[in-house]
Amino acid sequence: MAMTMTTMAATETASGPAGHVPPSKMEVSGLDVFYGANQALFDVDMNVAENRVSALIGPSGCGKSTFLRCLNRMNDIIEGCKVSGNVLLDGNDIYARELDVVQLRARVGMVFQKPNPFPKSIYDNVAYGPRIHGLAENAGELDEIVENSLRRAGLFEEVAERMSASGTSLSGGQQQRLCIARAIAISPEVILMDEPCSALDPIATAKVEELIDALKQDFTIAIVTHNMQQAARVSQYTAFFHLGKLVEFGETEAIFTNPEEKRTQDYITGRFG
Amino acid sequence: MPEHTVTRYDEELDQMTGTILRMGGMVEQQLAKAITALIKRDPELAATVIADDQPIDQLEHEVDHLVMRLLALRQPMAVDLRLITASLKISSDLERIGDYAANVAKRASALAQVEPMRPMAVIPRMLEIVQAMIKDVLDAYMARDAEKALAVWRRDEEVDETYNSLFRELLTYMMEDPRHITPCTHLLFIAKNIERMGDHTTNIAETIAFLVTGTPIDEARPKGDTTPFATAPDEDSEKAELP
Repeated sequence: MAMTMTTMAATETASGPAGHVPPSKMEVSGLDVFYGANQALFDVDMNVAENRVSALIGPSGCGKSTFLRCLNRMNDIIEGCKVSGNVLLDGNDIYARELDVVQLRARVGMVFQKPNPFPKSIYDNVAYGPRIHGLAENAGELDEIVENSLRRAGLFEEVAERMSASGTSLSGGQQQRLCIARAIAISPEVILMDEPCSALDPIATAKVEELIDALKQDFTIAIVTHNMQQAARVSQYTAFFHLGKLVEFGETEAIFTNPEEKRTQDYITGRFG
Repeated sequence: MPEHTVTRYDEELDQMTGTILRMGGMVEQQLAKAITALIKRDPELAATVIADDQPIDQLEHEVDHLVMRLLALRQPMAVDLRLITASLKISSDLERIGDYAANVAKRASALAQVEPMRPMAVIPRMLEIVQAMIKDVLDAYMARDAEKALAVWRRDEEVDETYNSLFRELLTYMMEDPRHITPCTHLLFIAKNIERMGDHTTNIAETIAFLVTGTPIDEARPKGDTTPFATAPDEDSEKAELP
């Protein structure tokens, strides 16, 4: 099975083999976020490159998850949260008044820290999104979407014989891949991942990392992780946040081998605070 | 640089750099003894140099072990990663320099059996340059001083030039009288060994510059050993070297 081995794309650089800089899928500028009186993000400018993995790292409370949640307006549901600045998806403001947030989240999907399958069958977990978004004309098409999504999440062969079993009966690593299958079933353009491996064992983590590498062919990915080696392994771009500010952003290889900022160096080498 | 949150990590790094510096100190000592054995024509001293190469090899294994341990346990990043990989390379360069010092000592005891040769005078001078380079490069490693490393790197040209001119001189001597061939060949190998020590010291300098700055030295490397292109000297020995 393809997913049992972790291949390390160590030599792959951010700009890819052709050496060209990929276009930006999302552009963020002058982003300030407040939770009540507390400012969580200060004037953040950052672009998310298309068909690349961008990793967000930094100590707890640095604002990296807040930043991630701004990319599909997950902060809207948090009481007292105020967002200002520009967040563009394909050049369009996602905070525009007329924008449909449900449609936005169909284009910018999310995978969370703890696997959170619905208490439904494996099949229905994946079929849920396509159903409510009306993506399948008939049962056959829906079957196809479900199988395809599970295959791309590297889970199909493990669950093919028990599609009607509950999603929650799977192991933690399988549940997380089920959530990824659920996210990709509605064909989003961007996938946000908030510490997707922090609750998984090393083997399940390796499978998810392998999956992330494969998914960037079709999706733009932004991932928050506390595991620095993971950020170094899976991403092509890395952003380091500290105290609500974007300290350094650049090609992953440069950030982890020769960062420009002293604070980045101190953090990634384990010399912090 | 601030300390690591994990104190043991700092201790392991200190242990690694300490071992490298000990190796460096031993190599310096071996070199000094090899020079003396050569000048004083002292086979006994030469024998101690040959015997004392083994502890240097031992320290190289120790550095290998410490490096593997650090890589496995600490997943080093950025400057730490550069320090650890640099130390691995430096220890192998130092070990080679130690080998060359032992080789010089071996030939010193052979040379002690034959009549002294005049071109011999250049050898201690060459060794002194290399000795100074090794001292400076170890200082640069300890102080993480890229400028100092770069200065060492540039000085290797002097070693190469001395070697190239000595090579021509020895050829002339050998052509003059076939009885010179044995001592001159020994001298030639000694000179070549010293020239190689210079190259390994230059490698160390490059490694240190990368360790400090994170980018390789971008100057063109000074011209090295040109003797592979040399032919037998004719009347005008200046023409012995091809352009």
